[in-house]
Amino acid sequence: MPTPTLSAHNLVRAYGPHTAVDHVSFELHRGEVLGFLGPNGAGKSTTMQMLTGNLAPTAGSIRICGVDLLEHPTTAKAHLGYLPETPPLYRDLTVDEFLALAARLHRVAKGEIAAAVARAKERCGLKKAGKKLIASLSKGYRQRVGIAQAIVHNPQVVILDEPTVGLDPLQIREIRSLIRELGGEHSVILSTHILPEVESTCDRVQIINDGKLVFQDTLSSLQQRMGSSSLEEVFVQLVVNEEAAP
Amino acid sequence: MIVAVARKELRALFGSPLAWSVLAVLQALLAYIFLGQLDAYLSLQPRLTQIANPPGVTEMVAAPLFSAAALVLLMAVPLLSMRLIAGERRDRTLVFLLSAPLTLTEIVAGKFLGLLLFLAAVATLPLLMALSLYAGGTLDLGLILANFLGLLLLAAAFAALGLFLSSLTASPTVAGIASLGAFLGLWVINMAVSDPDSALNTLSLLKHFESFNRGLIDTADIAYFLLFTALFLAFTVRRLDNERLGG
Repeated sequence: MPTPTLSAHNLVRAYGPHTAVDHVSFELHRGEVLGFLGPNGAGKSTTMQMLTGNLAPTAGSIRICGVDLLEHPTTAKAHLGYLPETPPLYRDLTVDEFLALAARLHRVAKGEIAAAVARAKERCGLKKAGKKLIASLSKGYRQRVGIAQAIVHNPQVVILDEPTVGLDPLQIREIRSLIRELGGEHSVILSTHILPEVESTCDRVQIINDGKLVFQDTLSSLQQRMGSSSLEEVFVQLVVNEEAAP
Repeated sequence: MIVAVARKELRALFGSPLAWSVLAVLQALLAYIFLGQLDAYLSLQPRLTQIANPPGVTEMVAAPLFSAAALVLLMAVPLLSMRLIAGERRDRTLVFLLSAPLTLTEIVAGKFLGLLLFLAAVATLPLLMALSLYAGGTLDLGLILANFLGLLLLAAAFAALGLFLSSLTASPTVAGIASLGAFLGLWVINMAVSDPDSALNTLSLLKHFESFNRGLIDTADIAYFLLFTALFLAFTVRRLDNERLGG
């Protein structure tokens, strides 16, 4: 097997006595879209913050394209694109300026910035919005700009935290097909609450509950193993069982 | 990379009306003070010629102008520095910088540099006004440049402390008020001190600026401003790093 683009090993994050993420390990390979599920407060966002270097894990290690995130954060982060739950957008900048800034900060060579921005805009359907101020964009367009800034430097690993929240059905379809397309050459981690979204876009699913990974499998083997039962049933079963247990 | 962050900060400043209104208001204020000083000098000039060693136009017009500019900076820097980190935190954009392949030092240095470049533009206003006096006579260029250097160092110290206070909170207003309080406090800290050797004199920003204002370039004052600036920049980096570690 080739080296995974992202591997997390025994990640732990404790806030005082409370353990938000408890020994989570997983791997992500090139061309894969991983659905990351879990109820609210299960540790999804904390895990993503650790994967992107925004939060230091209490224990465990993270490697991105073979580079240790904790030892060589800048080299590792150059391979990452991240869209947090709230897209981090500078309202005073135009779309072009903002994407150029994102490219520059992610070490895209000077001569290639314009091309990188044009490509990201094309992929996210922002071609006509380049000169607009971000403050004047609708929510759907802002979300697209958020995705565009995550992929402008053509990273190996793209991490998207609830990318389709607040979009209309048409936009959701577009974003989903974009995620599928990204999965072709990048690795994508997609966090979401929408289970059909996972079924339509992801190759593999993992479910986190109460800080622990409770399920990890490919969608195809899930379908084989569970027969007719849907992802929703699996999710409900795992999460509710956990909650019922003391 | 530091330059890229600094450029972004400058772009944010000049892209908003904030920077322009600050520059316009300061210029109007300083111009009025300049005019007042010049007027006073001109009305005193006939009497000055009777004194043996009269103060020159630089001392009587330019130096007070720069000390007014220092006070004006004291008020203006909190408005500009408060958003640097607190504002990004409030708008949830800080994560954009933290996820980019930048070290915390690069982020902090870039933000500091961006603000300092803007403040350098502010400091150029009184410099140009003072130099305009060349139209009517000769000037003590050394005194003017000492004042300009002092103003730049003071601006750096203000910017570093303001940046640090901005890193402590997610509310720009709180950061702004805290900065204003801290600057004023450090300005007047030696007010009630009678002993000239008191440590409070060493802490007072005004005391150190006064030397430059008199045309005295003392390495101790330069060292004070540089250490002050470096210390608070280091604190800011530590603070952001603690946030990553502690959550």
